[in-house]
Amino acid sequence: MRKRDILAALGVGLGLWQALVWITGAPHFILPSPLRVANALIHSREVIAENALVTLQEIIAGLILGTLLGVATAIQLTLSKTAERLMLPILVFTQAVPVFALAPVLTLWFGYGMASKIVMTVLIIYFPVTSAFHDGLTRVDRGLLDQAKIMGARPLQTLLRIQVPHALPSLGTGLRLAAVYAPIGAVIGEWVGASKGLGYLMLLANGRAKIDLMFASLIVLACLTVLLHTAIGVLSRQLVAYSEGRRLR
Amino acid sequence: MTSPPDTTAPGIRLCGRHSIANSVLFDADIALGAAEWTCLLGPSGVGKSTVLRLIAGLDTGGGFDGAITATDGAPIEGRLGYMAQSDLLMPWLSVMDNVVIGAKLRSEAPDHARARTLLDRVGLRAHAHKTPAALSGGMRQRAALARVLMEDRPIVLLDEPFSALDAGTRADMQELAAEVLHGKTVLLVTHDPAEAARLGHQILVMSAQGAMPWPAPTTPPIRAIEAPDTLACQSALLAHLREVQAA
Repeated sequence: MRKRDILAALGVGLGLWQALVWITGAPHFILPSPLRVANALIHSREVIAENALVTLQEIIAGLILGTLLGVATAIQLTLSKTAERLMLPILVFTQAVPVFALAPVLTLWFGYGMASKIVMTVLIIYFPVTSAFHDGLTRVDRGLLDQAKIMGARPLQTLLRIQVPHALPSLGTGLRLAAVYAPIGAVIGEWVGASKGLGYLMLLANGRAKIDLMFASLIVLACLTVLLHTAIGVLSRQLVAYSEGRRLR
Repeated sequence: MTSPPDTTAPGIRLCGRHSIANSVLFDADIALGAAEWTCLLGPSGVGKSTVLRLIAGLDTGGGFDGAITATDGAPIEGRLGYMAQSDLLMPWLSVMDNVVIGAKLRSEAPDHARARTLLDRVGLRAHAHKTPAALSGGMRQRAALARVLMEDRPIVLLDEPFSALDAGTRADMQELAAEVLHGKTVLLVTHDPAEAARLGHQILVMSAQGAMPWPAPTTPPIRAIEAPDTLACQSALLAHLREVQAA
């Protein structure tokens, strides 16, 4: 049923796209037809795959590092009231700075290689992961914490055995957001300065008026994002099931 | 089968005034008999659970001006067991892991053999590997009771632990709790006069004026539901609670 829905949506999307090409009569270097993009996808598959692999590595490295950093920060904020008082306003303030505006600076600091794109990805997912996990850690049923206190629990054990398992569904929510944001971070980093990656390929294709190749790269990027979101969605459901004491088949 | 009385169970006395935002919630002198069940009743909001939280050393959202002492002079902290209306089981842990959670939270090695014996005692041995989601409400409360027994504390605070159960399961749980907590100093906060009439060595009715003793049946707990003195106490207590509420 779900697969049929997805295929139907895909069919409708392609149909609308083709209809738009016919109705507007736009030249192929402005709006290529789906067939032309499919041709570009097939003929340039090697170069697209090579650059997609680079972007995927940046996204995954950024996701892992950003998640670890976000989880560590949320735990620190939970363990220390002083850290919470000092760091929460700073975290909120950093969200007022558009991360995209930092891309040129990051390229200057970390170079044209993969590092600047990974840092960009880390920065873009850090806040949603930290915020969601911290929220879960601090919203534990008061009764559970009262009981732990009466039992003479150590603070670290309370955190690890009660707060962290309770907060796993919230972490899952943060990761789902991160899965959507991470590709944006990597591609923006590539736009500002790179010699590899789908963002670089899109800019290159655009500069050479190969709009079909640009669209093909864009479609591959969208597919990567959907795959990543789906994989994180499965992980997120597992986290919720564990936290609720259910076993998923 | 009842265990021998725990002679180390001390009496508890709470004497003082509790205020929230400069408004006095209660001014009471409450004494819990050593190795006895004290049932605390009263209208909602009068401060029954606050009394329990004060004895437990938990945050009450207000200030207490007075003293809470044990009759043996030793600190109360570290000698308490606690059971609430909700089972407070951790959904991600098995029943067995929930029962031994206290030791794990204190970074001690859990005694699984003893936990198995206690699960046997509350009739849950066959369910030790299950998570709470796979248990009924009554079974979850029995698991919570096993967790209290595992802690083996001489003072046990019960905050309406059976109120969410159906009538039959509640009666079963009252009997089980009376048996396994025999010899401990128990404070039971409840809204149910029948529960107090069955279980209480001492019954206290709380109002804004303080906690007043109410005559419990002369027979020892746990009393039969249909026993004349249980029924008489229950109906008189219910009438009194309605008067207190109306006042």
